[in-house]
Amino acid sequence: MNKFKRLTLLCGHYGSGKTNVAVNLAFYLKEQYNNVVVADLDIVNPYFRTKDSIDDFKARGIELICSQYTNTNVDIPALPANMYRLTADKDITAVIDVGGDDRGAYALGRLVPEIKAENNFDMLMVINGYRPLTPDAESTVEVMREIETACGLEFTGLVNNSNIGEETTAEDIIKSIGYANEVSQASGLPIVMTSVKRELYDGLKNKIDNLLPMTLQAKPV
Amino acid sequence: MADKILMKGNEAIAEAAIKAGCMHYFGYPITPQTEVAAYMAKRMPKIGGCFLQAESEIAAINMVYGVASTGKRVMTSSSSPGISLKSEGLSYLAGSDLPALIVNVQRGGPGLGGIQPSQADYFQATKGGGHGDFKMIVLAPSSVQEMADLTVKGFDLADKYRMPTMLLADGTMGQMMEPVSLDYEVKETVDKPWATTGTKMEREHNIVTSLFLKPDELEDLVVERYERYKVVEENEVMYEEYMMDDADICIAAFGIAARVAKNAINEARKQGIKVGLIRPITLWPFPVAPFKKAADKVKEIISVELSMGQMIEDVRLACECKVPVTLCSRTGGMIPSPEQVLEAITRANGGAK
Repeated sequence: MNKFKRLTLLCGHYGSGKTNVAVNLAFYLKEQYNNVVVADLDIVNPYFRTKDSIDDFKARGIELICSQYTNTNVDIPALPANMYRLTADKDITAVIDVGGDDRGAYALGRLVPEIKAENNFDMLMVINGYRPLTPDAESTVEVMREIETACGLEFTGLVNNSNIGEETTAEDIIKSIGYANEVSQASGLPIVMTSVKRELYDGLKNKIDNLLPMTLQAKPV
Repeated sequence: MADKILMKGNEAIAEAAIKAGCMHYFGYPITPQTEVAAYMAKRMPKIGGCFLQAESEIAAINMVYGVASTGKRVMTSSSSPGISLKSEGLSYLAGSDLPALIVNVQRGGPGLGGIQPSQADYFQATKGGGHGDFKMIVLAPSSVQEMADLTVKGFDLADKYRMPTMLLADGTMGQMMEPVSLDYEVKETVDKPWATTGTKMEREHNIVTSLFLKPDELEDLVVERYERYKVVEENEVMYEEYMMDDADICIAAFGIAARVAKNAINEARKQGIKVGLIRPITLWPFPVAPFKKAADKVKEIISVELSMGQMIEDVRLACECKVPVTLCSRTGGMIPSPEQVLEAITRANGGAK
C-alpha cells in the first residue's frame, strides 16, 4: 500500500464500517511505525466502539485515546480530554475514528485548524455500496459533502469497504469495484484501499490493489 | 451488486415501513432505537412523507392517533421507558379501533434502566399495554430480515383487524447488522370506510372516539372487540419449530434468546441430547397449540428469556402444567450465553455428564 501520512482520519456514512477499518488499519500501521495511536472521536453511537478491541491493542502495543465514558453505557456525547495529543505530539502516527455522518464529523472540527496547519494527514471516506442510504455515487457523494461541511475539512481519498457482513463473498467485493470507481470519478478522489475480511484476502490480493485484510470486531450470534 | 443490502435492525424497520406505505412517522429519540428516527429523518423528506420529532413520546403517540384516524398507515417507535409514556395513547388507539404500528426496541428496566438489550416488557406488551380491556397483536422478530418482514406484516394485521400492533424487538435486534432483502410487493387492500377523510357533503360524519358514557353501549363494544380478538387468535398465530420432531426437552424462546438457544441446541445435539425449540413469533396471540402438543412428549420445557421470567407464565398456561417449566434467564441488559443454556439443557437431561 501507499505510504500513510501521520494522521489518517476515517469518516463515512453511519454503519459504513469505519471502526472495523480503523482497528485493522492500526494493526497494519503498527507493523511499520513505533508509536501508533487509535483515537475514538465518536459522539454518536454508544455501541460497537474501538474500545471493544482494547485487548488486541494492548497485545500489539497500540495506544487508544477514547472518552472515559466509552463502553460504560453512559449514553452521552463526550470527547476524550487527551485528544489534543493527536495534533500536539508529532511523534505519533494516528488513526482517527470519527463518528458517522455529518453529526459525527462535527466533533472533528475542533482539531481542524491544527490538522490543516501541520498538513500531514489524509481524510478518507469509508464507503459501502451495500448500505441502504449510499447505494450509488450520487448518494455517497452527497454524504461526503455533508461531512466536509460539518468538520471543515475536505476528503483526500476513499476506502472501499463494501460488504454485507459475515456472508460477504469475493464476488460481492468484485461487484462493488464498479460502484467504488463511480464514487471515485464523481468525487475526483482515489481509492486508497479496499478492505475485506481476512478469509477473502488471499483470493482477492492479485485482483485488487491496496487490499487491507480485516479481522471483524463484532461476532455473529 | 448483491440483491441484499447490509442493514441495522432499526434501519430495516424504517425502510420496511416506508415500503409498506407508511408515509407518517412520529417519534422521540431514545437508545437503542434512535436509528429508526434518524433513518426516517433522512428518507421521509425525499419521498414526500412526514417525519416529525415530537416534543415527547406522549405527543408522538397522539399524533399517531390523528393520522390513524384518517386511515393512513402510521408508525411510532421507542424503547422501554418511552413505551410506558405511550401507554395512554395505546389504550386510546385500541378503544377507538385504530390501526397503527408501534415499535418497542427494548432495553433493561424498570425505570430508566440501562441501554443494553432486554425482553422484560413482555408483560406490558402482551397483557394490555395500557388501561382497560384490550389486546395488541405483538410480533417478535429474531433477525434483521424478520425486523423488516414483520414490520410489513404488522401494518397488514393492524389494518385487517383495526387494532394497534406492536413490533417487540430488543436492543440487540435493533443494533445488529445483517444482510436483508426488501423486495416487497405491498398492497393495501383493506377498505377504511370509518376513516375521517372528509364527508364531501355526501355521507354522515365519521366519528373516531374512545369515549362511551353509556355503560351498556361500552360493554357491547368491548364484547364485540373481543369477538374480533378471538378471530385473531384462531387465524394469526405464528411460530417456528426447530428440531422438535424427536425432542425430549423443549426450549421456549423468542427474539435474540431464540438465537442463543439455537446455538445451545446445536451443541447439545452433538452430545446426543434430543432438544428442540419452539419460537413464538406472535407473542399475542400466543402459540398455545404447539406447547400443548409438546407437553405430551417432552419431559421438561425451559423458557429462555432476557427477563426474570415473563413468557414462562404463558408457556405454563399453554401446557396446562403437564410438564415442569423451568427458567433460564439473565436480566437488566445481560444476555444468557449459549453455555448457560446448554447447562440448563444438560441438567434437564439428567445431570452433567
